[in-house]
Order: sequence, then structure tokens, then C-alpha cells
Amino acid sequence: MRKIFLPLTKDIIKTLKQGEMVLLSGRVLTARDAAHKRLSDALKAGKIIPVVLKGETIYYVGPTPRRKSEAIGSCGPTTSSRMDPFTPLLLKHGLTGMIGKGERSKEVNLAIKKHKAVYFITIGGAGAYLSEKVKSAKIIAYKDLGPEAIYRLEIKDFPAIAEVL
Amino acid sequence: MTRIIDAKLITDKIKDLFIKANTCLRPDILAGLKKARKNEAKEKSKYALDIIIKNAFIAKKKMLAICQDTGMAVVYLKAGQSLIVKGNLKKAVAKGAALAYKKGYFRSSVVDDPLIRKNTNTNLPPIIYTDIVPGNKINIKVVAKGFGCENVSKIRMFRPTDPVSSIEDFVVNTVKEAGSRPCPPVYIGIGMGGTLDKAVSLSREAIFRPLGKGSKDKHIARLEKSILKKVNNLRIGPAGVGGNTTALGVSILTYPTHIAGLPVSVNISCHATRTAEATI
Repeated sequence: MRKIFLPLTKDIIKTLKQGEMVLLSGRVLTARDAAHKRLSDALKAGKIIPVVLKGETIYYVGPTPRRKSEAIGSCGPTTSSRMDPFTPLLLKHGLTGMIGKGERSKEVNLAIKKHKAVYFITIGGAGAYLSEKVKSAKIIAYKDLGPEAIYRLEIKDFPAIAEVL
Repeated sequence: MTRIIDAKLITDKIKDLFIKANTCLRPDILAGLKKARKNEAKEKSKYALDIIIKNAFIAKKKMLAICQDTGMAVVYLKAGQSLIVKGNLKKAVAKGAALAYKKGYFRSSVVDDPLIRKNTNTNLPPIIYTDIVPGNKINIKVVAKGFGCENVSKIRMFRPTDPVSSIEDFVVNTVKEAGSRPCPPVYIGIGMGGTLDKAVSLSREAIFRPLGKGSKDKHIARLEKSILKKVNNLRIGPAGVGGNTTALGVSILTYPTHIAGLPVSVNISCHATRTAEATI
């Protein structure tokens, strides 16, 4: 299985094939419903957001609390389609990759192609397994959202399938 | 004979059950996944199932949540009418659930208001259903259901004269529309009959039935098999990557209903179907 290193570049994305199974390593951000709404509201209002989206990959996840002995708790993907209303705007602001589960809307699929981005799926419900692929996790924004805060994760050999590109 | 127990017993049991449900995959579900693995031909489907099966072992070994969505805490109590619980039963249940989510390192996934949406940070309140039965014991069932599969569950009120095939189509289409969102292979709970709420309630209880143990009613068992076959023909497959196993099983519970109606509820439960049960 091919190893892909993050941050993603347009050149890396060009080499991906639809349906290709890969192992992802590098840095990703996490964000789910509440964080997407905040990012989107701020961008629409012309405000500065607490993360730089350019070249970034967002993993749709809200992990369980971690034990001290672990880097992160259980951390499988959440349903991506709930992020659909916000995704085209984030892509416009430079978001390059997304990791989640399930189908996206037609509009999002078109926006992904337009911005030469990529949507990966990973295995839903495999939160314990995927926790072993996360090497570090740190909250970097929206701490008040609890499990919905934005984390910076370092992942290694994280299984994914290139679903839309 | 009347029996008296302390509410603390309920708290301890609820705590244990939620920890068990969230970290130890039900043996029947695990067996179903292993059987499905043998039945897959495509590399991708096998790969997805391998990860799902490994996930169950890692969760059990590390006492880690099988899935990060550890759900809202739903509790079913069947209390014997001759049982007296000393203390506050509802508070005892809530305390048990809160302890499980804290000690188990489970996610607080509950917001205080559906519109304002502030996390309660305790995963409280739980949802409690009670039923009074003969005897002096109490049966406790817990469900920790993630919302990936909850969000794609459905109910429809059929006409009493609608053909059974239209009910099958409804179930199959519900699974088809859900696609890979509910984390297939899924366990499909169906409630038929009663009222709107009774059908939903039955469809939830249906997933407690061990996988592969069909309905006692022959015509219902036949319907379960027929729906399972049709659903698996959708080829959504494990994790939605395609394959032979979209559902591990179908479990239907029925109840008498009104001459004018035929409620059907479809409760889709993910491959990480998390339930536990005990009787005190």
C-alpha cells in the first residue's frame, strides 16, 4: 500500500487514483460540526480564523478523552455529509484534504474537483484501531467546544481510501 | 415476596454495563463479523473487516471505547412490581451512567438544548424507559448508540392493506440511502405494529436479540431472511467499500396494532452495536 505524506500538494493529489488504498502520515487538523460552523461564520464575516487552511487536511473526528498513557482516545471518523454545507467555503480558503466516512453531496464533490482537493474515507467505527495511528494530539483552537475542539494531530500510517478527487 | 434493594446497587450495575457495552463487542456481533470476513472476496472488503475485527480486540485489551461516538446513555428498566428500591431510582441510573462515561474515558456527546447546544460535559441526562413486570427483580438493559446510524433510522406509517413487499422496499431503500454513513455492516432492528412510538421502541429493543437468532414467528423469520438477502444485494459492503456484507442481520419485533394502521420503524445499528444487559 502506498504511503502518502501530509501536508498534501497538488502534485501528490495528481498521482492518486479514485478508490486507491493508502496510508497517510503527517499533520492533520480535526474539526466537526460545531467547529465547522464557527470557522464558516468567521470567514463569512471576514474575521481571522485561528487556523491556516491552505494546504491543510481536516479529519472529521471528535475523540474520546485520552488516558495519560495514550496519545489520544478512540478516534474514528464521523459522518462527513454533515460538514457539506461548510465544505465549499473551506475549500475556497485553501483546504486541500478531508478524511471522514460516507458519501458527500454533489455540490461538495464538484467543489473538491474544482479546487483539486481530495476526500479520503477511512473505516467508520474503528476508533480504537485508529487511535494507534495517532502519535500526538493537541488542542489548538475552540477549546470550549470540548470533544468538538480543533486538534492538531500527528498521524502515522493511517489507513484511508481516496474517494473523491 | 417483596424485596428491598439499595439504589446504589443500580448505580454500580449501570456503570458496569455501560463500560462493558462500550469496550467489549458483543460475542454474537464479533462472530458475525468473522463469518462475514470469510464470505468476502474483494481485497478492500476483507481489509475493512480485518480492521473492524482488530478494532474490537484493541478496544477490549486497552479498555478503550470501540467507537469514539459512545452515544447517549439509553437505559431500559423492567422492574418487578414486588421490588422496592431504597433511594432515588432515576438519580441512581444517571449517576451510574455518569460514572461509566467518566471512568471509561468515554466521550461527552450530549448537549443541554437541541437549539442552544451547550455540551453538558457529563453525557447526562440519560434516556430512561421503565416497565413494570411481575416479580421482585429488575432487568436492566443499556444501549450506547452512536448517531451515525441513529441519523439514518426511519419510521413510516403504512396502510394496513399495503403489501409486505412495500415494507421490504422501505427497509431496503432506507439502508440504500444511508450508504456508508451508518458504519456497515449494520444490524437492522425493525419494529412493526403498535403505535408510532411503540414501533420505534420495538425497533430499538430488536437489536438486543442475539444475531442469527431469528424470530419465533415463522412468517416474521421468513421476512427477516428475505430483507437480509435484499439488503446484502445492495453491495454497499463493509465500511461502504463494496462487498457481500452490508448487514449482519435483521431482527423484527411485532406488536398488535390498530385496524387503520401499520407502523414500521427501521433502527439501523452500526457494526459496533453496543448493548449490555443484567438482572438484579
